Amino acid sequence: MAYEKKVNELNLKDTELCLGLPGRTEEIKEEQEVSCVKSNNKRQFEETRDEEESTPPTKTQIVGWPPVRSYRKNNSVSYVKVSMDGAPYLRKIDLKTYKNYPELLKALENMFKFTVGEYSEREGYKGSGFVPTYEDKDGDWMLVGDVPWDMFSSSCKRLRIMKGSDAPTLDASL
Amino acid sequence: MNYFPEEVIEHVFNFIASHRDRNSISLVCKSWHKIERFCRKKVFIGNCYAINPERLIRRFPCLKSLTLKGKPHFADFNLVPYEWGGFVHPWIEALSSSHVGLEELRLKRMVVTDESLDLLSRSFPNFKSLVLVSCEGFTTDGLASIASNCRHLRELDLQENEIDDHRGQWLNCFPDSCTTLTSLNFACLKGETNVAALERLVARSPNLKTLKLNRAVPLDALARLMSCAPQLVDLGVGSYENEPDPESFRKLMAAIQKCSSLRSLSGFLEAAPLCLPAFYPVCQNLISLNLSYAAEIRGNHLIKLIQLCKRLQRLWILDSIGDKGLVVVAATCKELQELRVFPSDLHGEEDNNNAAVTEVGLVAISAGCPKLHSILYFCKQMTNAALITVAKNCPNFIRFRLCILEPHKPDHITSQSLDEGFGAIVQACKGLRRLSVSGLLNDQVFLYIGMYAEELEMLSIAFAGETDKGMLYVLNGCKKLRKLEIRDSPFGNAALLADVHKYETMRSLWMSSCEVTLGGCKRLAQNSPRLNVEIINESESNRMERNEEDERDKVDKLYLYRTVVGTRKDAPPYVRIL
Repeated sequence: MAYEKKVNELNLKDTELCLGLPGRTEEIKEEQEVSCVKSNNKRQFEETRDEEESTPPTKTQIVGWPPVRSYRKNNSVSYVKVSMDGAPYLRKIDLKTYKNYPELLKALENMFKFTVGEYSEREGYKGSGFVPTYEDKDGDWMLVGDVPWDMFSSSCKRLRIMKGSDAPTLDASL
Repeated sequence: MNYFPEEVIEHVFNFIASHRDRNSISLVCKSWHKIERFCRKKVFIGNCYAINPERLIRRFPCLKSLTLKGKPHFADFNLVPYEWGGFVHPWIEALSSSHVGLEELRLKRMVVTDESLDLLSRSFPNFKSLVLVSCEGFTTDGLASIASNCRHLRELDLQENEIDDHRGQWLNCFPDSCTTLTSLNFACLKGETNVAALERLVARSPNLKTLKLNRAVPLDALARLMSCAPQLVDLGVGSYENEPDPESFRKLMAAIQKCSSLRSLSGFLEAAPLCLPAFYPVCQNLISLNLSYAAEIRGNHLIKLIQLCKRLQRLWILDSIGDKGLVVVAATCKELQELRVFPSDLHGEEDNNNAAVTEVGLVAISAGCPKLHSILYFCKQMTNAALITVAKNCPNFIRFRLCILEPHKPDHITSQSLDEGFGAIVQACKGLRRLSVSGLLNDQVFLYIGMYAEELEMLSIAFAGETDKGMLYVLNGCKKLRKLEIRDSPFGNAALLADVHKYETMRSLWMSSCEVTLGGCKRLAQNSPRLNVEIINESESNRMERNEEDERDKVDKLYLYRTVVGTRKDAPPYVRIL
């Protein structure tokens, strides 16, 4: 039985906003599924999956697996892929080398030659048309900056800098 | 009954250190029990809820050293919710008010607060040694109390704890008169370190043998520290990210060359591999090397380093070493006794991690290292043939922990289950005390374990087995079993209830995501006054439906343990003790 991960394609469909419960409700019923506590404050860019699709958990989505001390998990090097809409190739960075959001954003700005705009909790990033987002452990696409740094750095699996008109704002569909 | 005066017997007892032997002695007769309890200095308590501090102190009034373990082992993997328990404070309070002359406290998986540390530091004038492993709940303020108040502190050893780093000046709190340190390990601290204070402290600690630094100590500081502590035996290097300038590198090399006593190296938390050559001169003396946090050290740099470590007895490494690297280890480290290979890809970046290790590496090690007795091996695949070969090569395993990263994965060549492979291990390794199994496994493997693993004390099972028979084979067969922990396996009430008295011969049983039901647990608890049966159910709906509970509901997490002090009073609401 192979556990395949389906979440890797960056589909524009993934960024459609819809009203729906955060998290993948149908998978919570399966015994071996992730049972992380969902924060109610998540600002999301992706809807939950269709009911029909049942993606088996990858080895990294089972709680407490692999059986490695959480201290070790939190302190291991974690390179995450960074993509920028329109850029020809991706980059990789180690989140552990940054201590906070300003450091990370500055590094991203340098890497991809852009500026990220002003962050506000209410409106996200305004002013530049670039929106830094990340995929978290649950497979949801989130806005960078909402949660405390430590929480972000341990749950971030990849980064995507959305550009210009491709970056939807929350107001659009509400 | 005694042919010798008590003082003579006591003198003889003082040569017996192992707590198990001490426990045996105290069972011989009343007289020996009495003599033994008054001269017992070190007490080991494997489950802090099996006994309470008052009874401990009553029995062993002269105790000087206490070891306590709190949460169950699976708490390490986030399976036990925060606030489940394991609070050390009541113990420190009781010891403090009873005037026990505590000198050493060793805690594992316990909740420790700054308040506890402060009370500890003020209550025991001769306090010498604090060792905290996988604990949480305290900050550097607590460390400041220890530093300030423990005048005779020798050892402060913090291993893999979650410590809130207030970036204070705890290192400054060691008074100038403190010169007795032999061991200082603060590798797990995340914040800035007052390097100047650290240097002064090291300079005035001539007996310092163990020094393990955190990330924040840079390269040039390391060189200065080593210069004033050439007597170091055990060094944990902090980090140095950038390539060193030639002058810094030269100074580091000079300092290291003076450390002729260095036997153990660890850390390299963020290390530019180009600094490694500075350590080459000490490699030939190393008996222990822990590079399991050194993700940057790989490939040729790693191989070169290992090839110099001919006397290595203990090696902790990441799986990025690959099978090829393990072949080098097998060829070089003929004295190797313990090997741990940790997974480097913990965040699921690579679906096909080419650098991970396989059965090839394991077989090579078993063939090349005749003294190997302990192994922890995370790998992406395994075969029965490999395990059978390993069993033949290494019949001396005491600890064998194999974790195949993908649950239920079969023998990747034959597609069969791995029952025969693990069976070979337990059959050959007659002294096996600890075993962790993984991969695709039926009930057969447990039949083998029950039949052959006569010395087995701890067994970890995940995603394995077919029916209750599996668990029954183990419970019926392994006479020396002390800890059994099971997750995501189809064992249910029939297995749980078959022999309730067995659990009183064990320290604990953990079962999560299995088939046991509330009804089964209740029946178990009914006739077992000397067992605490805890049901851990975190979900909201379960709490609300307590009034209409269904005995057929499966229990999320079951943790039961023997105890002589009944139900504990400090459990959170989501823990139900039957």
